[in-house]
Amino acid sequence: MAHFVKKAFSDIRSNRFLNLITIITIALSILVVSIFLLFFENSSRIIESWNQGGRAMVYLVDNFTLDMLPELKTRMKALGDIDEMVYISKEEAFDKLKNEMSSQTTFLKNLKENPLPDALEIRMKSYNSFDEIQQFAEKIKALEMVDDVEYGQGWLGKFLNIFNLFKITGYAMCSMFFLIALFITSNTVRLAFYSRKLEVEIMRLVGASESFIKAPFYVAGLFQGFFGGLLGLLVLLATYLMISSGISQNLASYIYIDIRFLSVKMILLIIMASTFLGWFGCYLSLKQILK
Amino acid sequence: MNDIDTKNSIIRLFNVSKRYKGKFALENISLDIEQGEFIFISGPSGAGKSTLLKVLYLAEKVSEGQILIDGMNLARISSARLPFLRRRFGMVFQDFKLIPTRTVFENVALVLEAAGEKPSFIRKKVMQVLRTTGMEKKAKYYPPTLSGGEQQRVAVARAVVGDPSIILADEPTGSLDTKSAQAILDFLMEYNKRGATVLVASHNLHLLESSVRGRNIEIKNGRIERTAKML
Ligand SMILES: Nc1ncnc2c1ncn2[C@@H]1O[C@H](COP(=O)(O)OP(=O)(O)O)[C@@H](O)[C@H]1O
Ligand SMILES: [Mg+2]
Repeated sequence: MAHFVKKAFSDIRSNRFLNLITIITIALSILVVSIFLLFFENSSRIIESWNQGGRAMVYLVDNFTLDMLPELKTRMKALGDIDEMVYISKEEAFDKLKNEMSSQTTFLKNLKENPLPDALEIRMKSYNSFDEIQQFAEKIKALEMVDDVEYGQGWLGKFLNIFNLFKITGYAMCSMFFLIALFITSNTVRLAFYSRKLEVEIMRLVGASESFIKAPFYVAGLFQGFFGGLLGLLVLLATYLMISSGISQNLASYIYIDIRFLSVKMILLIIMASTFLGWFGCYLSLKQILK
Repeated sequence: MNDIDTKNSIIRLFNVSKRYKGKFALENISLDIEQGEFIFISGPSGAGKSTLLKVLYLAEKVSEGQILIDGMNLARISSARLPFLRRRFGMVFQDFKLIPTRTVFENVALVLEAAGEKPSFIRKKVMQVLRTTGMEKKAKYYPPTLSGGEQQRVAVARAVVGDPSIILADEPTGSLDTKSAQAILDFLMEYNKRGATVLVASHNLHLLESSVRGRNIEIKNGRIERTAKML
C-alpha cells in the first residue's frame, strides 16, 4: 500500500500541470455545489424557524361546545403526529383581538356578536415537506367538527414553491458540475495512462497484475478528489468569512440574518463525495482503456 | 521410444503456426527445449525469431498448435494467471524497455514489487543483482543518462532478479558495441551455467561464433531451417 501511495505521488509530481488542472476543476465543481448546499441549508433552517415547526390553526364549527373537545383531540391525534395542542375559545380570541387593536375598540364594541370561531392551535411534531403539512391539514379539515384549517397556505406555499424550484435548479446544477468534474477526472487518468503506455507495457511484461498496474492511478484519483474537495470548501469558507464579517459590521443592526457555514456532517459528505468522484472518474476511464 | 519421458523438457511446441492477416510468421514449428539449455535462434530479419519468443511469453497467441511451458498449456492460461506465467520468464530486448522516469534501482525492483516481495528483501536482492552486472554504482541513475551497454546491463539485471527459470533475449546485443555485446552474452551464459534455460534470438552470426556452447536453431520464412549443436 505504501508502495502505491509513493508511486502515485511521484506520478503526480511528474505530471504536475495535469494534476493541478484536475484538482482545480474538482475544486470549482465542489465550490458550486457547496454554495448551493450552503444556501439550501440556511434557507431550510430559516423557513423552519418561520414556520415554527409546522404550526397550524384549526378553526372549529359554530356549534362547537367544550364537551366535544376531548373527542376532537383524540381524533386529531389519530390522524398524525401532533406535538402541541392549545384550545383557544372564541371569547379568548376576541379579548386578544381587542387588546391587540386597542385603537379600534369602538368598532369592535359595536359588533353585536363575537365573529370569531373557537380554535385549536396545533404544532406538528415533524414534517419533511410542505405537501405533508397540506395533506395533514386536509385530513383534519375533513372532520365534521372542523370548519377550516389555516397553515399559511398563501405565502408559505408560494415561498416553498419557489424554494422547491430553486432546489430543482440546484440539483440540476450539481449533477451538471458533477458530470463535468467526472469527465475531466477520467480524462486526466486517460492522459496519464497514455503518457505511461511504455511503463504499463513493461509492467505487464515483468509479470505485474492488472490491479498492481491500476492501483497508483486509483490512489492518484482518490488524492485528486479529496484535495479538490478540500480546496473547494476552503475557498467557500474564506468567501463565507469575508462576507459574513462584512454583514455583521454593516447590516447586523438593521436586519437579522443568521447565515451559518455548512454543518460538519455536510462537510464530511462533500469531501466523501468528491473523493468518490476522483475514484469513479478513474474507474470509468480505466474500464474503458483496459476494455 | 520413451525419449519424451526421460527428457526434462521445459518448453515444448507442437505444430505451432502464427499467421498475421493470413501470412505465416511461424509455420508448423515443433520444438523441444530442455531445462538448462542455451538456445540460439538465428535467421535473417523477418524470419520469425521475435514472433517465436512472443508466442512463448504470450505477447501473441498462436494461430494453430500447442505450447507447453513447464507442463502448463499456454492455451489454458487465463488473463488472471498470465502475470504468474510472465514471472517464470526474464526478458531482454534490443531497445532495453526500461522505464525512463524511474531509477535503475526502481526499474529492477519493479519485478519483485509486482511479485509482492517485502521491501527489505527487494533492497537486498536488487543491490546484489546490480553488483553482479556491475551496475551497483549507477543504482540511483535514470536510464536515459546511461550508455546503451549500461542500459542493457540494467535490463539483464531486471531479467534475472526474480530468479526466473527461463530467459528470453530478443536481439539483446543489437544496438551495442562489440565489447558491451560480449559482456551481455557472457552474463547470459554465466546465468545459464547456474541452471536457467536461455533463449537468445539474433540475426548476428558473429554472436554465434563467439559463444562456446549451446544449440543453434536457424529459422527462415517462419520454418525451422536447421538445428545444430555447437561446441
Ligand atoms: N504485429 C504484426 N503484424 C503483422 N505482421 C507481423 C507482425 N509482427 C511480425 N509480423 C511479420 O511476421 C514476420 C516475422 O516477424 P519477426 O518475428 O519480427 O521477424 P524477426 O524477429 O525474425 O526479424 C515478418 O514478415 C513480419 O513482417
Ligand atoms: Mg526480431
